[in-house]
Formats: sequence, structure tokens, C-alpha cells
Amino acid sequence: MAAAASLANPTTFSSSVGRPGHHHQPSASVSTFNVSNSRKQRSFKPLISQSILASTSPVTRRTSIVAAATSDSSSSGSATSFHGICYVVGDNIDTDQIIPAEYLTLVPSKPDEYKKLGSYALIGLPASYETRFVEPGEYQSKYSIIIGGDNFGCGSSREHAPVALGAAGVAAVVAESYARIFFRNSVATGEVYPLESEARICEECKTGDVVTIELAQSLLINHTTGKEYKLKPIGDAGPKLEVTVSVHLPPGLALCKTYIEAMFFSPLLPTF
Amino acid sequence: MGWKWINGSQMLWARKRILGQENCTVAMDGNVCRKALVCARQTVTNNRSSPFDNLTTSPPTPRIIISSMATSCSISSASSSFINKKDAGLCTPPSFAITISKKKKASRNIVSVMTPQTSERKPSTTGSVKTGMTMTEKIFSRASEKPHLTPGENVWVNVDTLMTHDVCGPGAIGVFKKEFGNNAKVWDREKIVIIPDHYIFTSDERANRNVDIIRDFSNEQNIKYFYDITDRGNFKANPDYKGVCHIALAQEGHCRPGEILLGTDSHTCTAGAFGQFATGIGNTDAGFVLGTGKLLLKVPPTLRFVMDGEMPDYLLAKDLILQIIGEISVSGATYKAMEFVGTTVESLSMEERMTLCNMVVEAGGKNGIVPADATTFKYLEDKTSMPYEPVYSDDQARFLAEYRIDVTKLEPLVAKPHSPDNRALARECKDVKLDRVYIGSCTGGKTEDFLAAARVFLASGDKVKVPTFIVPATQKVWMDLYTLPVPGSGGKTCSEIFEQAGCDSPRSPSCGACVGGPLDNYARMNEPQVCLSTTNRNFPGRMGHKAGQIYLASPYTAAASALTCFVTDPREFLH
Repeated sequence: MAAAASLANPTTFSSSVGRPGHHHQPSASVSTFNVSNSRKQRSFKPLISQSILASTSPVTRRTSIVAAATSDSSSSGSATSFHGICYVVGDNIDTDQIIPAEYLTLVPSKPDEYKKLGSYALIGLPASYETRFVEPGEYQSKYSIIIGGDNFGCGSSREHAPVALGAAGVAAVVAESYARIFFRNSVATGEVYPLESEARICEECKTGDVVTIELAQSLLINHTTGKEYKLKPIGDAGPKLEVTVSVHLPPGLALCKTYIEAMFFSPLLPTF
Repeated sequence: MGWKWINGSQMLWARKRILGQENCTVAMDGNVCRKALVCARQTVTNNRSSPFDNLTTSPPTPRIIISSMATSCSISSASSSFINKKDAGLCTPPSFAITISKKKKASRNIVSVMTPQTSERKPSTTGSVKTGMTMTEKIFSRASEKPHLTPGENVWVNVDTLMTHDVCGPGAIGVFKKEFGNNAKVWDREKIVIIPDHYIFTSDERANRNVDIIRDFSNEQNIKYFYDITDRGNFKANPDYKGVCHIALAQEGHCRPGEILLGTDSHTCTAGAFGQFATGIGNTDAGFVLGTGKLLLKVPPTLRFVMDGEMPDYLLAKDLILQIIGEISVSGATYKAMEFVGTTVESLSMEERMTLCNMVVEAGGKNGIVPADATTFKYLEDKTSMPYEPVYSDDQARFLAEYRIDVTKLEPLVAKPHSPDNRALARECKDVKLDRVYIGSCTGGKTEDFLAAARVFLASGDKVKVPTFIVPATQKVWMDLYTLPVPGSGGKTCSEIFEQAGCDSPRSPSCGACVGGPLDNYARMNEPQVCLSTTNRNFPGRMGHKAGQIYLASPYTAAASALTCFVTDPREFLH
């Protein structure tokens, strides 16, 4: 799809004074919000690349939305499923366990520190968890799906928690229930999809099981055990969301667009 | 699905950002199953500072200019047509371009996004409200400029105060700059309070750099309230430095009844003690608030806790909240407000009420709240001159559940490792041997907390049997330790009593070891020890070592336990 035809002269803006400031990033950003694309983007994909001002190839901005895939989604090339091996944790995994306090000096909005956060994801789990989530010396985990119990992400409001998981390569968490702030941070950052299971999956799956999550059918399939589990639909009962929006926005609006979409269009909205 | 109107005042973010843009083109492609529209609305105003003051709250007339991609037309006045998308294949979706161009300096363009309404109910604009509202609902109602709200509604609220600290500030600032632009200005330099408090007295370079980052930002944005520290060697040499953010907010008069306070820290709920809505948010939400002064929040239902009876003199608010968390579990209040009322609550001081609200998040609660009364007003008298308007729950307000507690029947409690809801009677844990005792943090490091601990040491006259760490929350608390006479002591100060009891001398005010922190943090648990503390969390690794065991308790219980080196009911000393 073509981006907006009339690319404005990339004007910079400063909200308090009309004088042009200068940005370190180009002020005009062309982003495609492909909400039906459930493949999330890392927070640190550059907002636009230098070549993007040729408007023909819009960059997919991070989607902080869990998209409910529809049957029409095929042509958008969007991923509507996650596949990988799972890491199983129990109840009340608090954010101190997800990312202990000593690592909070790392600032998530700095790319190299974002990366480091990934290497410390779930390092706070007690010794009863024999398998480490991220191998020493690695920045990413081989487990892309986390399966948890109740009240996942409780405790501190540190946004470093979903960020560390996302940086480590986690695509989705499937838990019985979430703590409020962690859930909200996950949606706001788009780092992990916080999915809810209907049953207590953490007792039936084991770390290392190969699983697939089918968003369209709200299903988690454990290939290792052969069992399937219903997930709470990411869409509320109601029409599925499918919006593809090409926007040409100043940077300030980009967040808002993402944020607003997350807030308004997200099927997860009712559970905020 | 119905439509939900988002009025122009709720889209100020879009408006503000479009200001100054020559052209802003928003193109929409594809199916809009939820019938999302982009409406543009133009208002003319010269008032830059509060662009939405003159907007009404009624649904805006949708005004969309649909043009082809190639042309751009300015939106000047009302002409409406909805974009009514037919189902189109995704391969080549039709595209519509809406171009909003800025008209001189006087015009302000607003882009409003309409979204599906989840119910057909219109906002009530007339007459009496049929259902009463809880005080939390009322605060939301006022902050969102909607006359009536019910739990579950998502509304945009005006934020009265945003707080951040050295741990999350840099991240929030990063989000703000990335999304609003490097030269963007915060929504209101007087409504942001930046308080370094977490990792201050450390040689960790990144921690120190983070304080530099929030200082640079505060200077750049001319933030009115930045409680800076530059001389880490001597906290007293820093006239602005306060200490623990939640206590500093209260002591500096930033907590006011009826307002909305958001902070990048889960214990922001502490401020609910002042009859306001206060809750913790993440960096991204905070970055958004920095730019817009608004946040989308869901109105929480309220759990009501009615506490009656005269508070026994061996109990503190910490025992009350541990009782409640043990009752409803660490997820018992998820997404809910916890309202504390009753004769006992009315008898509590502000600091005790703060302790009560502080640990609401440990039950999963969204916010804690105590109705403002004479105690509140007295506390605020010398701290703030800003006007405030308290709210109170209606008699007919609906609560999700009501719990009644007779405090005279309660006993001193602990929360055993590794969960704040792992409640037990202190006297039943008397065989638990301790390695250390920690008295500090926003939960248990306020002036009254230390006065309470001093009372027990005084009653005993003995020395502590384990290392006992004293970390006042703020500079003011530190001063109180050295100046306030402890009742019944013949004029001794807390610091003297602590010294005589053999405690470690009071440390530089900060969050200290409550949250572990950098490895050289004072009192951090670097070995798998057993610690009893007046802090708020005891999950594995909370204070440092993953195998450390933390018992949460009141300052009375902490002092009593330090004297015996076992978990001890303070009645051993207080009677």
C-alpha cells in the first residue's frame, strides 16, 4: 500500500516554541501500523531508516497490540502464531525475579542497555529452577514462550521486566492471570504479548516442550505432549480487529498512534 | 458493537503534536472492522497552555475530509461524512488521505480518533446521579470531566502530579524524547516531581549516571521540583535532596485530596493516604504523561475495609495491612481500589495511613485510599498552599466487597518468606532465628516508625543481638531521629536510644536495601541470611541474595526481634 502521497516537508516541531529545532531523527516518519500483524517489533527498531523518505516502503512501526488475526489476514503477511520452546514458571513470579533490582541501572531506552537487559531476564528465579532462562554470556533465550501461573509479573512496576523478556526474545507469555502493572507495561511497550490461559497450563507443560500459539483460534498446542489448551481470546467477543494504517506522522504522534491503538483498538483493553 | 466517542479534549496529544506541522497526512487503508475513524476537528484558540479548556465534553461532530492521496485540502469547517469502509480485500485496500494543514498561528487542529463504543450509554448530563460513586470513582470522574463513571470504564484523566526517580526516570525520559522529539517540552514543568532516591549512595557508575540524566532533563525542562543530590559523600550537604520519593512527596506537600498522582514506582499508592488516587505506572506510560499530562485509566471497582476498635498499643498499621494481605492474597485486589475506613483508620496518623496504603500493591491493588479528614488537613496545613477539594464515597456507592475488621482482636504479624501474603502470628514464629534486622523504607522508615522502634528499645533497656540497620526515609526523618524526644525517655532522641541499644548508626536517607540494589548498597543482603525488616516485599532475592529469607513486620516487631535475635512478638517488651 502506498504511503501518504504528500509527504510534508519534514518540518521539525517543538511544542513550546514555533522555532524549528532539530531532531536527531528525521521528523517525518512514515509508519505502517499493521495491526493485524501480530509480529511485534522491538522497541529499538529505528523509527524510520534514512532511506524511508522515499515513501514507497513504509516501515512497520512497532505494534504494541495483540492482534486478533482474521481470516483475511493472509495477504498482509502477518504472523498469527508463535512457535518455539517454552519455559515454565509458577505462580506469583514477581518483577524482581524477572529482572533483579541490581540491573535496573540499565536504561531500557538505550539500545545497548536494552540488549543487556535481555541477558538478565529471569535471572532472579530461585535455585529451584534448575534450567537457566538465558545461558551465561548470551543475550537471548532459546525459549520464546513463557508459561506461567497466577499473578505473573506482580510486585514492582519496573517496565524493565517486560522489556527484559522482550529483549531476550520472548514472543509471548501465557499465564493464568497477570498483575496489573506488568500487564499494562507489556501492552504499552509491545515487548511481549500477555496471553491468558483458561486452565492451569503451568502444571501440564514442562520447560523445553515445543509449543505453538495460534492467535486466531486462541489455542496453545503442546507438540511434545500432544495436548491443546484454550486461551482466553485476545479479542473480546466481538468482531476481530483488522486495521492497517499508513501514517505519516511526526515522531510525537507515532507514540500516540501506537499508544492510542494499544489503548483503543487492543482487544485486551477491557482487562486494563 | 457500538461507538465510543472520544472528544477533542481527549486527543490533545494529537493536537499538540500537529501544532507546528505544516502538513500532517493521515492515511487509512484497509478494513476497519471496528469502524475506527479519524475525525479532524479544528478549533481556534490562542491559548497554548491549556488548549482544551474551551472544548465541550459532548461528542464532537465528526468531520472528515476524504480526499484522494494526491491532493491535500485543509480542514476548515464542519463538513461531515463518515468513512464507511466496505469490506475490501487486504491486497489492495482503498486508501483515504486526510490532510490537516495548519492555518497560521491562531488555528489549532485537532485530530480525534473515534473508537467503537462498548456500550450505548450516553454520558449523563442531567440531574441527580442514580448510583452513588465511591471516592475513587469520583476522583476519576472529576479528572476525566465526566459527570458519572462506573467501574470498568476507560477514561482519559488529567494528571495532577507525575513523579519519577533515578531508576525509572531515565527510561521515561528516553521514551518521551524518542516519541515527542528531542526538543519537546513537558506538559507542565510544575506538575512533575523528580526525586532521586533508589541508588544514590553507591559507586556504581551507571547508577550515578542515571542521576545525571534526570538532572540534565530537569535543567533542560526547568522542572520546578527536582530534589537533587550532587555530593554523595555527605547527604546533608545537598539542600534539595530529600530521600525516598513517596515520603518526600508527602512531606513536600505534593499529595492532596481529590487529585491524581502517578509515579514510576509501584508504591506510589502510598499517597492514597491523602484521599487521592495514586498509582504506579511504567516508563512508557510516564513518557506519555510527560508529553501530554493525561493517561488512559480504567476505573477500578472498590474493596472496602472497615476497621473499627481502639488500636491496641502493640499494633501498628503494618500489622493491619499484613492482616489484610494475608486475608485476600497477593492477587486479591488486582485492578481494584482498596478503601480504608472506620474508627480505627480515623485514629491513625498520616504516616500510619501511608503505611496502610503503601502495601496495597502487595495485594495487587490498583490504589489505596483513605478519606481526608481533620488529621489530613492538619498535616497539609504547613506543607502546601495549593487548593484542593476532597471527595468522599456516597452512602449509596457500590463496593465490590466489604471486609470488617475488629482490630482489638488482632495480634502482631509477620509475612514469612517468600510472599507478603504468607501471614503468620509473630508469636508463632519465635523459633525463627534471625541474622539481621532492617528498619527503613517508605513502609517502615518514617519518623513514627522509628519512634515506635525506639519505644520498644526503651522498654527493654537491653542491646540488640543482631546487626540492626537504621535507614531513615528522608532528610527530614533523619533530622527527627536526632532531634525529636522520644515520649517517656526523659528527653532522649531516637538516635540516642538506637545507639544505646547497639544498633548501627542511622544511614543516609534513601530506599536503601529494601530493594537490594547495587552490590555495594548499604545493608544489602549479599549472603543467604534471614532478615526481618519493616519493608514491603519479601519475594526471593528482594533484598539481594536469592536465597535470603525475609520476614516482613512492623517496627515494634522489628525492634523486639532485634533484641532477642528471634522473631518476637513486641508484647514481650511492651507490657
